[in-house]
Amino acid sequence: MSEAASSYSLAELMVVAASRVFDNEGEVLATGIGLLPRLAASLAMSTTNPDLMMTDSQSYLLSKPNPVSGMKSHAGQANETWLGFRAVFDNLWSGKRHAMVGPSQIDRFGQANISALGGTYQQPKVQLLGVRGFPGNSISHGNSFFVPKHSTRVFVEGECDVVGSIGYNPDRLPKGYSLDDIDVRTVITDLCVMDFNGPNHQMRIVSLHPGVTEQEVRDNTGFELAVIDNLGVTPAPSDEQLAIIAELDPLDARAKQLKDNPPGDRRG
Amino acid sequence: MNKLQTAAEAIASIKSGMTIGIGGWGPRRKPMALVRELMRSDVTDLTVVAYGGADVGMLCAAGKVRKVVFAFVSLDFMPLEPGFRVARQSGAIEVLEIDEGMMLQGLRAASWRIPFIPTNVGLGTDVVARNPELKVIDSPYDEKEWVAMPALNMDVALIHATRCDERGVCEVASPDVYMDDLFARAAKHTIVSCDEVVATEHFADPAVARSVFWERCHTQSVVHIPGGAHPSSSDPLYGFDVKHFKAYGEAVGAGEFDAYLDVHVRGKTEDEYQAAVGGLGTIQALPLPAY
Repeated sequence: MSEAASSYSLAELMVVAASRVFDNEGEVLATGIGLLPRLAASLAMSTTNPDLMMTDSQSYLLSKPNPVSGMKSHAGQANETWLGFRAVFDNLWSGKRHAMVGPSQIDRFGQANISALGGTYQQPKVQLLGVRGFPGNSISHGNSFFVPKHSTRVFVEGECDVVGSIGYNPDRLPKGYSLDDIDVRTVITDLCVMDFNGPNHQMRIVSLHPGVTEQEVRDNTGFELAVIDNLGVTPAPSDEQLAIIAELDPLDARAKQLKDNPPGDRRG
Repeated sequence: MNKLQTAAEAIASIKSGMTIGIGGWGPRRKPMALVRELMRSDVTDLTVVAYGGADVGMLCAAGKVRKVVFAFVSLDFMPLEPGFRVARQSGAIEVLEIDEGMMLQGLRAASWRIPFIPTNVGLGTDVVARNPELKVIDSPYDEKEWVAMPALNMDVALIHATRCDERGVCEVASPDVYMDDLFARAAKHTIVSCDEVVATEHFADPAVARSVFWERCHTQSVVHIPGGAHPSSSDPLYGFDVKHFKAYGEAVGAGEFDAYLDVHVRGKTEDEYQAAVGGLGTIQALPLPAY
C-alpha cells in the first residue's frame, strides 16, 4: 500500500480497519451489513483479497462489488452466480462466510443482540428486529462487529438482554463444544479495534484510533478489557485506499454515517 | 380443474385458531390483498409463520393474531415494523422467535412430513434457552447436542406469484422465490394471488417452466389480483411503496391504525383500495429498489 493519507475521516479510518478482517479469509462470502461494513468488505475485495465473494444485497453474487451509493438499478451489474436467500443459508452453513454486523448490544462474552431491549421475553420494552440470522451465523462462521458509537449502552455490563449469537460464555456452551469452536473475530468501533484474544477469550484492545486514550475506551465499556502488548495506533488509510473508497461510494454516503462526520485523526 | 376464486371465496377457508404461513420476505412479494381480505373477515386467534413485514404488522394491529413465529419482522428501509412493535411491547401476542434458517428448516420438515430437522443453529442462544417448545437432543452419530427444529405445519399458506394459470401452475418471475415453495408444500391448503392469469401454454417455454418452484397439486386456490402485492413489491412488475409504508407507520405511531383500516380496508373492495392509493397504474409504476 502507498503512504498514509494526510487527511481522512473517522468513517474512512473505520472502513479501512474493518476491511482488514477480510484480508486473510480466502474464498469466502464477505457480508457487511450496513453501509460502512459493506464498504469495508468491498474495499477488501477490490484490494487485498480479490477471492472474496459478495452479493448485490438481493439475489446474485457479483464478480465486482456494486457501489454502495448512487445505484439506480441492478440492471447491468456483474452477476456471476444466483444466490437467493435460501442459497445464502446453504453457503453460511458450509462455513464459507465472514459477516460483519452492527449489534445493538455486545457483552463481555462476545454475545450480541439485535432482537429486543429490556422488559421480558413476552413483553420487551423495545422490540428491535428479532434475532434474524444471528444464531446460525455465529455457530457457522467467523463474525466481526462494527459499532459506530462505542458506549456502555452497546458494550453492556451484564449479558445481552436477548442473546442472539453464541459467544465465549462457558455457561451457555453446548455439549460437545469447546470455547475454541466459537469464532467471534474483530470489533471495530469509533474509538478502537478489539478482538477476543485476551486471557480466556477476554475482549482485548488491539489498537486505538489516533487521539483516543485507553481510558476513554474503558470508560465507555461496561466490562473489563485486556490490552495487547505494545498497544499502538490504528493505521491511517493510504491515498490509494481512499481513492478506491471514493470510487465505491461516489455520493459520499459514508460522510453521513457518523454524527458530525468527525476526522479520523483526533490528536489535539 | 379450475382453481380461480375471488379473494373472499379463497379466504373463507381460513378459520379462527388456524396456523397460517405467509410467503415473501419483509417488504417484498407479500400477498397483501389476501391479507386485507383476512382483515375484513371475523377470523381471530391466528398463529402466523412468516419472514415478516407489514403482513404480520397489520394482522397484529388488526387484532387477528394470537402468536407469531418469526426471525424478524421488518420493512428493511424501516427496520422496525410499526404494528409488530406495538403488539410486542404491549405483550399482546405470544411468540416463537427463531433464526431465519431455522424457519427454512421447519418449513422443510413440514413439507417432507418429518417431525424435525437436527441443526446446530440456535445452540448457545436465547432462541433455545427461552423457547421450551424447541428441544435439544443427543445425536446417535456423535457426542454433540443438536436442536431438533420442529416441523412448522400449517393449515393455510398465502403466497403472491407473478403469473398463474387457472390450474394452479405458478410462476415466480422475481429474482428470488424466497421460501414460498416450502410454504406451499408445508401447508394443507395454499392460496396464491397473482398479478396476471395466463394460459397454460405460457409455461411451455423452458425458461418460464424453470420459474415454477412447486407443482400445481400444492396450490388449491388462485386469486387474480393485479397489483395485489401492494404496498409490498412484485419484482419485476413493481417495487414497494415507501410512501404508503411510511403513512401506515405514522398511523400506527399515532394510535390511528383504525383510521387506516377505515380508509383502506373495512367495507372497501380491492378496487376501492387501489383507487385510494392512486390506482393500478400508479402501483405498477412503482420503481424497483436498488441497494
